[in-house]
Amino acid sequence: MRKIEAIIRPEKFECVKSALEEMGIIGMTVTDVRGRGRQRGTRIQFRGREMEIDLLHKVKIEIVVEEEAVDSVVNAVLENARTGEIGDGKIFIMQVEDVIRVRTGERGRTVL
Amino acid sequence: MLESLKGRFRMPLFVFILCVLLLFNAFPVNAGDPGGAETLSKNPGAPSDFVWVLISGFLVMFMQAGFAFLEAGFSRAKNVANVMMKNLMDFSVGSLAFFAVGFAIMMGSDWNGLMGTDGWFLAMQSYDVTTILIWFFMLVFAATAATICSGAIAERPKFSTYLIYSVVVTAIIYPIYGHWLWGGGWLGNSEFMRSLGGGYGALDFAGSGVVHGIGGYVALAACILLGPRIGKYDENGRPRVIQGHSLAFAVIGVFILWFGWFGFNPGSTLSAHELRISIIAANTNLSASAGAVTSMFITWMRNGKPDVAMTVNGAVGGLVAITAPCAWVAPWSAVLIGVVAGFIAVYGYWWLEKRGVDDVVGAIPVHGFNGTWGIIALGLLADGTYGVYTTSSPLVTGLLYGNLGFFIVQVVSAVVNFAWAFIMGFVLFYVLKKTVGLRVSREEELLGLDITEHATISYPDFTYAESSRGVVIRKGRRSG
Repeated sequence: MRKIEAIIRPEKFECVKSALEEMGIIGMTVTDVRGRGRQRGTRIQFRGREMEIDLLHKVKIEIVVEEEAVDSVVNAVLENARTGEIGDGKIFIMQVEDVIRVRTGERGRTVL
Repeated sequence: MLESLKGRFRMPLFVFILCVLLLFNAFPVNAGDPGGAETLSKNPGAPSDFVWVLISGFLVMFMQAGFAFLEAGFSRAKNVANVMMKNLMDFSVGSLAFFAVGFAIMMGSDWNGLMGTDGWFLAMQSYDVTTILIWFFMLVFAATAATICSGAIAERPKFSTYLIYSVVVTAIIYPIYGHWLWGGGWLGNSEFMRSLGGGYGALDFAGSGVVHGIGGYVALAACILLGPRIGKYDENGRPRVIQGHSLAFAVIGVFILWFGWFGFNPGSTLSAHELRISIIAANTNLSASAGAVTSMFITWMRNGKPDVAMTVNGAVGGLVAITAPCAWVAPWSAVLIGVVAGFIAVYGYWWLEKRGVDDVVGAIPVHGFNGTWGIIALGLLADGTYGVYTTSSPLVTGLLYGNLGFFIVQVVSAVVNFAWAFIMGFVLFYVLKKTVGLRVSREEELLGLDITEHATISYPDFTYAESSRGVVIRKGRRSG
């Protein structure tokens, strides 16, 4: 099992979610996050003084899937979250040791 | 092209305006009564009227805060500063436009029943305590009409375009229709309308049509030309819910509007000597309450729970509808008017939403449709206990009390109200669309207008959450 952690533009979240839903991937954990990478910050003003905010708003999606599904999930995110501009985000893939359903205590692949 | 024009003419334009102002003030001998001594000696009862009208005007001005809260609450967090700024600026820009041009067109000496012709810049004869008292009261109404559109078209128009819109509405569109009703124009004062109505022409006590109808139907034209927000409709054109960021703001906004309306309606007697003000205040309150209760029960019966955001619209709908008839109907009629207004606000909103009109706060059904209902309700339910802003006859009676002519006059007035506002609004926004552009770019809209239009953030220490947009559930398919 793998955990896919995708950090994407907030405005792209809706179409990524519906693309995943079409593939049958319903479960996910979504967090509103702030972070920085290569994208420059936003210049803002407050009471006439300019300043730059370098922590930008992104959405983090966490999904745990079986190994065979990893590529299709990654492709779905790439296709739907990409604008081609700097700031589209990143995808991280991690090994998952085990999964346990809290309600029943079951373990392993069937829980997904 | 516009950019270069702006640069080249900014200074000369400024100097020109300054010269015009100086010119007007070079003839103080033409002034009316700027000190007020003459007015007071002629009318020792004036102070109570002045205080009454001014305090009412202050209350109406505070309705701007109500609109700002209501609209901000129904908008997403990323657009809050923009919504607030629009409310702040339509009042400020509108004040200047109504001072320079609007007031003269609305209340100046009548020309062929179509428009007024004097009182520009409140100079010369208009530099007078009584005239400027009326100016102030009329101004806060004009600004109310202007600000209605802001909420309907929230979250997507260009800020600069909105400023131009504010000027045109307060300087031209609102004052001309206002003149027809309140400034001695053809709807209220022409021989034909007066004989048809039975001694008085079209009436609109505090502006269901003049203020709210105009604002609501200009907003309708604007919404149609502007198009819905990104994400408001799914691929199949089914409406989706875009939640506003704060229901608390929305409800506070309605309380402020409700409070301000006690200046809006009772203050429109323009005199503290009209004791009818107590009944006007009560009617205003009853209609708002009936509107709120009605819309609450509609959503309660339909969805199983009373809906907060829709109840808010029902209350304002009741306030708008009672604005025209408030002085001429009995309290039981006010309740009836409010009940109907609640239905109009709720079903009007759903009806428009299904047809692709993305009205963020529901301003079109609340102010437009209910404005029309207010004018018609006056023609139906006026009970003949009060005259035309005075206790003396002719007393105003509606269809229910046997005056068919007046009902017809009111229907004509309602049709003209819709046609004038919608057509003028459509022309205005069409021209703006073809010249300066109506809408921000797709990227700007997604990022939010706070950042892109004002380079600012309303809630800097919070992470903005784009709440996921659910498709509206149709009845009977709830489990899916």
